[in-house]
Amino acid sequence: MKYRLDIACQTSALSDLRAFLKDSLQNFSISEIDQHQLTLAVEEVCANLIIHSHGCNPQDHINLEIKDSGEKLIFEISDQGEAFNILDYEAPDLKKVILEKRKGGLGIILVKKIMDEIEFESKNGTNTCRLIKWFRS
Amino acid sequence: MLRLEKTKENSFDILSLHGEVDASNSVQLDEVIKELMESGSKNILIDGGELEYISSAGLGVFMSYLEDFQEKEINFRIFNLSPKVSEVFKILGLDQLIPIHSTKTEAFAG
Repeated sequence: MKYRLDIACQTSALSDLRAFLKDSLQNFSISEIDQHQLTLAVEEVCANLIIHSHGCNPQDHINLEIKDSGEKLIFEISDQGEAFNILDYEAPDLKKVILEKRKGGLGIILVKKIMDEIEFESKNGTNTCRLIKWFRS
Repeated sequence: MLRLEKTKENSFDILSLHGEVDASNSVQLDEVIKELMESGSKNILIDGGELEYISSAGLGVFMSYLEDFQEKEINFRIFNLSPKVSEVFKILGLDQLIPIHSTKTEAFAG
């Protein structure tokens, strides 16, 4: 089964993204806490793309596809912007975030802690970030 | 959709968060906390009972004030978080940096 959503690159679209994830994730037997965390991780990646790669330009779009392979859920996020490879960014130290009064950086920690695997590729102008969560029985 | 509500009980300023905090509205949260701090409040309590969702944009707002709270000797506490929101604080280890209480009474007592 496949679930697909296209959102414009504006932060007001994040609530649509959450509504889509809520509807889609209800079809899988995962706990409410896990659904909430998966939603958060996907939103963090999309918010980064919207703000940093696309400068909140609503003419640009991000595509999200959820693929279910039976043993894992794959969230495939693709865009045609400046490549933002989350794997290149080290999760910052929390103490450093406080001292520097930074409001960013926490999203990357969340994505890396919530997801089991992260893949990134940039091909023919399209960047694809795959967030993978294994089902634990 | 986020609604912020400020109330005062004795020396405690309570900021209740209703709805969802994300990158589109975290600036509202930032402004209200800044206002409370600048008004000279010494006890800022966040009521998360109606908070359904908070992304790193909102959590980052709290983080960015922790140093100021310490310098200005402001008590900053959070209470009433739902289990799913509370879990997000734990994933980041924010529960080690911000006092998180189950109830308002506990938050008052510190």
